[in-house]
Amino acid sequence: MTSDAKPFLQIQNLVKKFGDFTALSDISLDVYESEFVCFLGPSGCGKTTLLRAIAGLDIQTYGTIIQDDKDISALPSSKRDFGIVFQSYALFPNLTIYKNVAYGLENRKLPKPEIKARVNELLELVGLHDQGDKYPAQLSGGQQQRVALSRAMATSPGLLLLDEPLSALDARVRVHLRSEIKDLQRRLGVTTIMVTHDQEEALTMADRIVVMNQGVIDQVGTPEEIYRTPTTEFVADFIGTMNFFPGEVVKNGQVKVGGTLLSCSTDGFQNGDQVSVAIRPEDVNAQDISDDTATENTLSATIENMEFLGSFYRVTIDKNIFSGDLDSDHLLADFSVNLVRRKDIKPGNVLNIAFPKDLIRLFPVAP
Amino acid sequence: MTDVSLSPGQRIPVKAKLSRDDWQMRVTMVAIGLLLLLGILLPLYTMLSKSFENTDGEFVGLANYAEYFSTPALFFSGINSLTISVIATMIVLGIAFVYAYALTRTCMPFKWFFRLVAIIPLLTPSLLGGISLIYWFGNQGVLKDLLLGNTIYGPIGITIGSSYWVFPHALMIVITALSITDARLYEAADALRTSKLKVFFTVTLPGCKYGLISAGFVIFTLVFTDFGVPKVIGGNYNMLATDIYKQVIGQQNFQMGAVVSVVLLLPAVIAFTVDRIVQKKQVALLSSRAVPYTPKPSAGRDISMFLFCSVVALFILAMLGMAQYAALVKFWPYNLSFALDNYNFDVMDGGGWEAFWNSIYMAVYTAIFGTIIIFFGAYLMEKGRGFKAGRTAFHMIAITPLAVPGMVLGLAYIFFFNHPDNPLNFLYGTMAILVIVTIVHFYTVSHLTAVTALKQMDNEFESVSASLKAPFYKTFMRVTVPVCLPAIFDISIYLFLNAMTTVSAVIFLYSSDTTLASVAVLNMDDAGDTAPAAAMAMMIAYTCAGVRIAHVLLTRSISKKTQAWRGR
Repeated sequence: MTSDAKPFLQIQNLVKKFGDFTALSDISLDVYESEFVCFLGPSGCGKTTLLRAIAGLDIQTYGTIIQDDKDISALPSSKRDFGIVFQSYALFPNLTIYKNVAYGLENRKLPKPEIKARVNELLELVGLHDQGDKYPAQLSGGQQQRVALSRAMATSPGLLLLDEPLSALDARVRVHLRSEIKDLQRRLGVTTIMVTHDQEEALTMADRIVVMNQGVIDQVGTPEEIYRTPTTEFVADFIGTMNFFPGEVVKNGQVKVGGTLLSCSTDGFQNGDQVSVAIRPEDVNAQDISDDTATENTLSATIENMEFLGSFYRVTIDKNIFSGDLDSDHLLADFSVNLVRRKDIKPGNVLNIAFPKDLIRLFPVAP
Repeated sequence: MTDVSLSPGQRIPVKAKLSRDDWQMRVTMVAIGLLLLLGILLPLYTMLSKSFENTDGEFVGLANYAEYFSTPALFFSGINSLTISVIATMIVLGIAFVYAYALTRTCMPFKWFFRLVAIIPLLTPSLLGGISLIYWFGNQGVLKDLLLGNTIYGPIGITIGSSYWVFPHALMIVITALSITDARLYEAADALRTSKLKVFFTVTLPGCKYGLISAGFVIFTLVFTDFGVPKVIGGNYNMLATDIYKQVIGQQNFQMGAVVSVVLLLPAVIAFTVDRIVQKKQVALLSSRAVPYTPKPSAGRDISMFLFCSVVALFILAMLGMAQYAALVKFWPYNLSFALDNYNFDVMDGGGWEAFWNSIYMAVYTAIFGTIIIFFGAYLMEKGRGFKAGRTAFHMIAITPLAVPGMVLGLAYIFFFNHPDNPLNFLYGTMAILVIVTIVHFYTVSHLTAVTALKQMDNEFESVSASLKAPFYKTFMRVTVPVCLPAIFDISIYLFLNAMTTVSAVIFLYSSDTTLASVAVLNMDDAGDTAPAAAMAMMIAYTCAGVRIAHVLLTRSISKKTQAWRGR
């Protein structure tokens, strides 16, 4: 996965048009051997279109795809080397689990005992070795998706494509299968691309996340990078929760929000630039601040509302905190149950909160 | 990542290479499409051009049409056809709506019985209704006096006879329209304390509006283009469909036959177009989250509905029963003892028992070849990748036959296949042409049934099998066909029943070696052998009923066998 390794899959300047609508505009991306990459984005962002182009199911209008040093840009699906799993499982309903998994192997004209050994090995791998004689309709959704995964892996393809594989499942099964798929992928070492609109899924499973929006790639990076250092406002907003406030860079290292000056890194911006000032709710700090000493970026906040979310409270803070008429939502802050108890935080109370300077991010505002 | 930095406009578009599957699927689909083209558009074209020619084959422009519209007898046939069709449409639509309402929205007892009785006309040729009416109300009819001196031979007979045989066609559409309602609409109306009458006019009627319109057009087209009933009971009251027959068979005036065909074709095409538009809207009303409606008992409504349905059922059974009675009676109305003499078809003109066996062969061939071609064609169209223009064109050709009345199709076939320069001329007068015309005639409904079944299958099956390097025909045989087996049986039974009962298209195309049972009914009736005609019609009815029962049993045993994978 190092940058000097040769990429296994190279996508170069891919464009896909449906009539006048541009679903993908100039997408370039490298995927490395054994990597688990997630395409993440809201519906209609082009992630599935990109996956289908890689699979040859809907071939791109322009651009090149190179897999394993072979130009596959124009090849039909049947000439490419991949296994695919769909949200709908797409298991053949009239064939048994065993026959489903064996389907691809039979097309390779392998000897029967070999097919049998391989199918059993795969079913063993997903914990369904005793279910081979059943039909898909007799299994639960999670089990069916495991079968679909075994079927896709049976022929040992070089590339595994997963199209929203977990979206049709119950929340609990989804979480469980998430780690199972990731585990299987790691053990088999197969290069994998998964499409999802679920950020939690992408954050937990991916080695690298490709965040897409309106047919372009906004950011590519590890889950930590994407979450901690989003490079666009879209990524910051789409992944996790983010507070945004309109501000202006007043001098190097300082922005003005409402009537308040905040210290933060202003690299890449000039004085007078209009910016969007962003901070995550969990980065709003009320922990180690005494109520009387005012330190950097510390403001007095009035608690407006509190929402109990189990292990923490999501606290709404009156936006007048910045002493100015701001055209934005309230400020959200996540406080642990422990902190709320210790500091006796209640709606109506006033307390000091701080915005740690290195956790504030600025994004340019489109003029 | 790359140093290619051309703007998208400057680049060469990727030209997708086609897989062997793509080629095979496209070529096969185009081949089936061309066959259809040959079976429907070319004959229609030949007929159309014939209507602009004189007897010597010279182009005369609209002269034939001018002659048609200035011949009062012919012109009034058009008016007659319209009048009868409109009246029959109103009668049948009203009855079918109440009958369907009783079956779907009430707790009336014996629903299964009423459902069963309602499909009887589908199992009989349309002529049977006419023959029965002769025995009930004809010159020597049992209930002749009920007509108060009016004659059954004419508009009254045509209207009643037509209503009888189109009833199930309309009923099925209305039942479907009434079945797809959302129970929650009624619960909401109840919660808002809406009166029953208001609920009916604001929820029930709008909900099945499109179904009713669609049914109306179907009835209109069927009656307008039907040939059997007016032929048997029309007397001197001329209709367009009988005119074509008279012009072609009686006077050998093919050009005028072609003109009348075009006149007959036009309203049918208009009705068909409107119906297509309306049906698209009906589909949009469907939501997969709708909760099915379950009626609650209401004594007054249930009893009155039961009485209504009983009257309708009695009428249908009376038609069937009289035909059977007449077939068994020795010599109506003088010797009412029973005998099987009327079934001794071989001593009668009309084709004899051979006609019956011909019909069976024809229906079997139609069902087998028709189902294979239609289902495979629909599969290639529905599941093929790319080639959008070709697939759309295929669909357009496949739904065309529905707009073409059987008489018109039959006549068009004469013009096309009987042409000495046509290399397919050898088909003329054979069993093959009867099978072809019947498949084409009933292509559309079967095609739509297949498409509906195929649409219910996950589109990703084809993607998965391509990724597993399975050729398309393997997945077709191993997955698509088994999963769609119920629909495939539905198509074959539909083709079989229609092949057994149809008269309109084949009437122009049979030869002395290939007389059909339904044609024999017509010819025996024409020759005055009404009782044997009734007997032959009943032979068709027995066959259809038997096949229908076999179909139910077969479907049941298959659904039992496949229960394991069809899910709970």
